Amino acid sequence: MSGQPHITVCDVTLRDGSHAYSHQITVEQIRAYATAAEKAGFPYLEVGHGNGLGASSLQVGESLVPEKEMLGAAKACLRNTKLSVHVMPGFATIKREIVNAMELGVDLFRIGCHCTEADVTQRHISYVRSTGREAWGVLMMSHMAEKDVLLEEAKKLQSYGAQGVVLMDSAGAYFPRDVAEKVGLLAGKLAVPVGFHAHNNLGLSIANSLSALEHGARIIDGTAKGFGAGAGNAPLELLAAVLQVQSYPTSLDLYQVLDAAELAAQLFAGSLPDSSALTVVSGLAGVFSGYVKPVQRAAKLLGVDPRDIFFELGRRKVVGGQEDLIIEVATELARSHTKTVNR
Amino acid sequence: MVAPAKLKVAILGTGNIGTDLLLKVLRSPVLECRLFAGRNLSSPGMTKASLLNVPVTAKGLAGIVELQEEIELVFDATSAESHVKHAAVFEKMQVVAVDLTPSNLGRMCVPAVNLEECLGLKNVNMISCGGQASIPLACAIADANPHVEYIETVSSIASRSAGPATRINLDEYLFTTETGLRRFAGCGRTKAILNLNPAQPCIHMQTTVLAKVTNPDLSATRLAVKAMAAKIAGYVPGYQLLVEPMVEHGRLVVTVRVDGLGDYLPRYAGNLDIINCAALAFAEAYARKKDC
Repeated sequence: MSGQPHITVCDVTLRDGSHAYSHQITVEQIRAYATAAEKAGFPYLEVGHGNGLGASSLQVGESLVPEKEMLGAAKACLRNTKLSVHVMPGFATIKREIVNAMELGVDLFRIGCHCTEADVTQRHISYVRSTGREAWGVLMMSHMAEKDVLLEEAKKLQSYGAQGVVLMDSAGAYFPRDVAEKVGLLAGKLAVPVGFHAHNNLGLSIANSLSALEHGARIIDGTAKGFGAGAGNAPLELLAAVLQVQSYPTSLDLYQVLDAAELAAQLFAGSLPDSSALTVVSGLAGVFSGYVKPVQRAAKLLGVDPRDIFFELGRRKVVGGQEDLIIEVATELARSHTKTVNR
Repeated sequence: MVAPAKLKVAILGTGNIGTDLLLKVLRSPVLECRLFAGRNLSSPGMTKASLLNVPVTAKGLAGIVELQEEIELVFDATSAESHVKHAAVFEKMQVVAVDLTPSNLGRMCVPAVNLEECLGLKNVNMISCGGQASIPLACAIADANPHVEYIETVSSIASRSAGPATRINLDEYLFTTETGLRRFAGCGRTKAILNLNPAQPCIHMQTTVLAKVTNPDLSATRLAVKAMAAKIAGYVPGYQLLVEPMVEHGRLVVTVRVDGLGDYLPRYAGNLDIINCAALAFAEAYARKKDC
């Protein structure tokens, strides 16, 4: 197995984990975990609100700690590990959020959009590159588009200046063969490295990540103990072990990665993601994993089955950021339920 | 009785917004489109206008300047960056400029709220589609509740309805919509979010307003919102309340859906309709006032 390519493992615990923690991650937790991630040798640590810069909102959930403090606290703990952020145009702007993040020392901007809408990232990617910082493009909810569409969108990201392209399985709906097909095509056709970001709704996060690596991905995302939206992400401690067995060179120190995972288990005890009726249904319906908590809330308030909400959201093909539809769908389900009962 | 002369207008920008607006102007009893100005005679919008026998030009702004003696009002449906350049020219021409880009240059106009005060002005800004849908609701919420701490709005529109200028102007859209919410609702902290959704069949435009309100008066809010929605429906026929004001997780929430008239793009494109119907409401009111 010698001659395996070097793999860049991105630690997105302090960003995707925000969803699992209702955006209440504290400065102390950030400091403790960032220190451990630095020791573990992760090349990048992503920090911030679950939907990225500027996304603290009533719509998605308000962060306990302002963005500035989160990024500042993390940056102070990092030396070799670069600080990265997720950026969704439509939530975050150049003048306000990106410029502020640059002042706080963010090294990598991962500019994301729904997988068919790459052109909304043009200005943001170009701006980041014009300042000399690093920018990648991220195609979210990528299970919703065919491989040829993804290639076309990924090429746009590349043409805007993206130095990497990450496919996100935001709903945890991929199977290894989907990963092989989509990542394989992009890795073969793009000049920049391709990455994969898994969610574990159907229990396939590691299998899908491995499939991505085998089909040309050079970047892989994960979170300590899978601490992320819905059923969580590919657990970094498992990824590190699998990468080692498969002889993929990385910058990681396995023992330190395992220690970081143990630390995350303590720091976020009680909120580590688990497979549940709703995360399974979210994966089946192909709906963004981060919707689990707001769906639970709305279902309880309006007395409807949260699984029905998920399947209806799936039928409507909702994308990330449309949390307000949860209430509308729940209201409608409650109304039709009342009608049925009265009949 | 002789019918009064119609107000002579031009439309600059032949994309989704400009073309949809043209079809509305052609139906107006008080407006007359003298020129449809863009840069590409073979664009779908330009082709449509030619088929309807509307005078067109590929000379853009220069075409409007050439015809300045015949034009009293110009709708600018280009981009925020372009409008900043166009505004000075319109001023020199002494025409009324109705700006459909999120340039945030002229006085912001939401017909249901401040039509009268805008009628004497030379440059009015129609804010954004999400602004036209959300600001009146925010005003209704602020009228019914003395302590509104924070207001946020989220709009979701069909990808197919968002042309290149809309996509390149996302940041301006957010800033201008947030500024509008602050000014109109008198709330210090505001936020705007925009989602593009590519689902087929296309989704209809939906806008939600979320607010943090100390001790919200839900019944007063419901009355105020209902009255405001009816007022907007007077000039945007497809504007309808989808989720009546309710409190969930400490948030006051209200959602509207905007169906379009299906003039240029099909009915899902309520985002074109709401800003164009607002621009039309202003222009028609201006035409009628001028005629008096």
